[in-house]
Amino acid sequence: MSEVLLEASNVTMQFGGLCAVDKFNLTLRSGELVGLIGPNGAGKTTCFNCLTSVYKPTSGSIQIRGVNTKPLRPWQISKLGMTRTFQNIRLFRELTVLDNVLVAGLQHTRHTMFDSVLRTPRHFIEEARLKERALELLAIFKLEGKAHLEAGGLPYGEQRRLEIVRALATEPRLILLDEPAAGMNHSETEDLMNTIAKIRKDFHLAVLLIEHDMKLVMGICERIIVLDHGVIIAEGTPTQIQSNPKVITAYLGAEETV
Amino acid sequence: MAALTDQTARFNTLKSLPAPVVAMMALIGLGVLFDNFTNAYTQFVMVLILTNVVLATSLNLVNGFTGQFSLGHAGFMAVGAYTSAWLVTRPELGALPDFLKFLLLPIGGGLLAAVAGYIVGLPSLRLRGDYLAIVTLGFGEIIRVALLNSDSLGGARGMYGIPSTEAVPALGLTAFSAQFAVASVWAVITFVTLWRIVHSAKGRAFLSVREDEIAAEAMGINITQTKVRAFVISAFFAGVGGSLFAHSVKYLNPSTFTFTKSVDIIIMIVLGGMGSLTGSVIAAVIITILPEMVLRELQQLTGIDLRMVIYSLLLILFMILRPSGILGRLEATDLWKMTLGRRKAEDRKVEGQRVEGKA
Amino acid sequence: MDQSHSQEFIQHVINGVSLGSIYALIALGYTMVYGILQLINFAHSEVYMVGAFAAYYVGSNKYLALTEHQGVGALIVLLIVAIAACSILGVTIERLAYRPLRKAPKLNILITAIGVSLLLQYSGQIVFGSDPKLFPEVIKDVSLFKIGGVEVHSLDVTILVVGTIVMLGLHFLVQHTKIGIAMRAVSSNEMVARLMGINVNRIISFTFILGSSLAGVASVLVGLKYPKIDPLMGMLFGIKAFVAAVLGGIGSLPGAMLGGVLLGLCEEMVVGYISSTYRDALAFGILIVILLFRPAGLLGSVQREKV
Repeated sequence: MSEVLLEASNVTMQFGGLCAVDKFNLTLRSGELVGLIGPNGAGKTTCFNCLTSVYKPTSGSIQIRGVNTKPLRPWQISKLGMTRTFQNIRLFRELTVLDNVLVAGLQHTRHTMFDSVLRTPRHFIEEARLKERALELLAIFKLEGKAHLEAGGLPYGEQRRLEIVRALATEPRLILLDEPAAGMNHSETEDLMNTIAKIRKDFHLAVLLIEHDMKLVMGICERIIVLDHGVIIAEGTPTQIQSNPKVITAYLGAEETV
Repeated sequence: MAALTDQTARFNTLKSLPAPVVAMMALIGLGVLFDNFTNAYTQFVMVLILTNVVLATSLNLVNGFTGQFSLGHAGFMAVGAYTSAWLVTRPELGALPDFLKFLLLPIGGGLLAAVAGYIVGLPSLRLRGDYLAIVTLGFGEIIRVALLNSDSLGGARGMYGIPSTEAVPALGLTAFSAQFAVASVWAVITFVTLWRIVHSAKGRAFLSVREDEIAAEAMGINITQTKVRAFVISAFFAGVGGSLFAHSVKYLNPSTFTFTKSVDIIIMIVLGGMGSLTGSVIAAVIITILPEMVLRELQQLTGIDLRMVIYSLLLILFMILRPSGILGRLEATDLWKMTLGRRKAEDRKVEGQRVEGKA
Repeated sequence: MDQSHSQEFIQHVINGVSLGSIYALIALGYTMVYGILQLINFAHSEVYMVGAFAAYYVGSNKYLALTEHQGVGALIVLLIVAIAACSILGVTIERLAYRPLRKAPKLNILITAIGVSLLLQYSGQIVFGSDPKLFPEVIKDVSLFKIGGVEVHSLDVTILVVGTIVMLGLHFLVQHTKIGIAMRAVSSNEMVARLMGINVNRIISFTFILGSSLAGVASVLVGLKYPKIDPLMGMLFGIKAFVAAVLGGIGSLPGAMLGGVLLGLCEEMVVGYISSTYRDALAFGILIVILLFRPAGLLGSVQREKV
């Protein structure tokens, strides 16, 4: 079996009296594409925040490639090869598209700030390499023509794509995508899903995907986890999930009544 | 597979050498030129301009580029000034040629100020915005009170008769032009260092912290380290500025380095644009000349000190009418490129979008 | 020997509490504005300074001759004058300088606040002159009674009585009146308060009036206790009062009162037992320690950023 990248066991997150996530368990192996779904307020984003150390879970343990993440800060999580995008787009708005990607690639450069101040040969080599790599990534997402525009000025769909490019620039093994298709129209969404499938192959990535668009998740995920009120109520293949009565009441059922 | 060959990289390194040297020589030349037809007072103001350039650009790294808000720059400046004034009297330094000694003294002041910056930066990191502002203000005041209570540094009386550079006949420099040369060298070093930091991918880490700490951290940026670095670098150059200041006014007193002094420097970066180094330089020149040359006349006429009244009014008006300052986050070179770009038909569209993006 | 030690200690406690209640009055103004606008109102300390000068000019006016009619009546006149001057100034500052920036980045408003503070300091030096003035003595400082061998003076009693009355009044106003409830609503969530039909601008103006009035009261009390007033008197005192607000937990009214009294006591103890030269650094030392170990202050609560 392939390598275990992420292992969360009994992760619980409480805010005061509210239990946002209750005993969350997840094992993610390299190359997997898993969907995390659930109604609004089910605790999906809180899960992401726990996994990436933005929140410190109240109890439970998380291991990334065998390393316990409890004492780690979010930037160290990124160095372990796990990265994320944000539901409420958090780009560096006043930096250019290219700079957004360059910053994410910094952890893989070998030059120091002294090199940059003295403009040593190493500075030029490393920065050129970084830039080349960033432009390649931007090209995959058809953003290379906008490299010198301000990120905050991009149309919404492009901002979402740029978030993914920026995350990829950290050279992750595992990427957490928080509603990457939110606010996109049908054809944009389809486009995005094809790209996600493609980068997953090309970069040998494991993907954990939060998504609201049920059809989309069903279409590309091999395994789906359903969260409701912070508790995992179902886990399985898309077909299993679709026929699970618990899921239908908690989620699909609720949608049908709309 | 490097995108750049070693040879090209080495060539680039060589190419980046002349500009700072030329800038230094030009400034030193300016000093020599002005030497003949200016009085002592104008000469003092000229050195003060360069000192303020050092102080303003360095504060901009923390307040403009890293998005933190320090109100304690005067404290770091004080550390540098006192250190330098103390060092200069040490017999151990007597062996050095006079000019070289004064050229190197700012390093001493800068290093101790950098240590202070590290001490301030470390605990301040958990705080944001106005809390950080008030804590840095507090640190600045603590430094001042400590100076007031240190008898070996003159306490409340201060330090008098601090030595300054003397003429260097071998290089054709008078006392003033030698002093101006030291200030020129350091002003250029400060500006070039900061410019190269913020204009490299490495330095974009500072800007990413300004833009969004949580996202920066998720992208592998150690934000604690980045903020501490900003504080340390900024404090180092504040110390350098303090050292230049000490040897040009030749008299130090703890009351020089109050909160008001910090605000003076803040006014420069606000006016010039937080996040614009060239803006800071322009503002430092204006803000130094304005009170010394123009307001002084006004004060002699009216008998009241209008300097701070006008400054504070400027500060308020700028914040309400043009909060981004003269240049905003653009550099003077960006404006130049944009004008060039407009002339070229093929660039017109791209640049237009860029301007839209800024607005 | 022992007795003189305890007498000295009691004396320091009395001084500390009396200084502390003045800090508390100013801290309340900072904390209320911070609660509603998330702004350190740097100009608050200058509002307080102007209050002291307004009272000074009325109190030392020859025709009113208030100093010849020492007593509670004269004190009330001065309090009203200072409250009126401070309220008008406070509201004017909010209208002209802060309101146009309501939607601007927080940093811009902070810089504006610093600008307003400096403007008042330096125009104060032009208008009032930079030399210290002697505040009119409307309450005679006589020894009223003794506690444990320590004489308690009328000024300290006045400060404590006035401070307590004002703070109790504030507590009632905020907790039990309609406008007080509206203030708390705006402070807890401005948008929801607006949707509930609260006129947010009016509440903000009212908050400034209230905070400035307290500063007005404090300015008269300070004038009585430390009679030398000058245009720069506000700056350090104000920053320390802000530290008191942070110490108690910014946004919390009981916190501001507690923080003020604690800071006053600590300062008085440092002056009494260590050295007066470190007095001004103490507040900042406390500030740094509290922000490191309990950033929400003694009575405040932490807020989490939504990711």
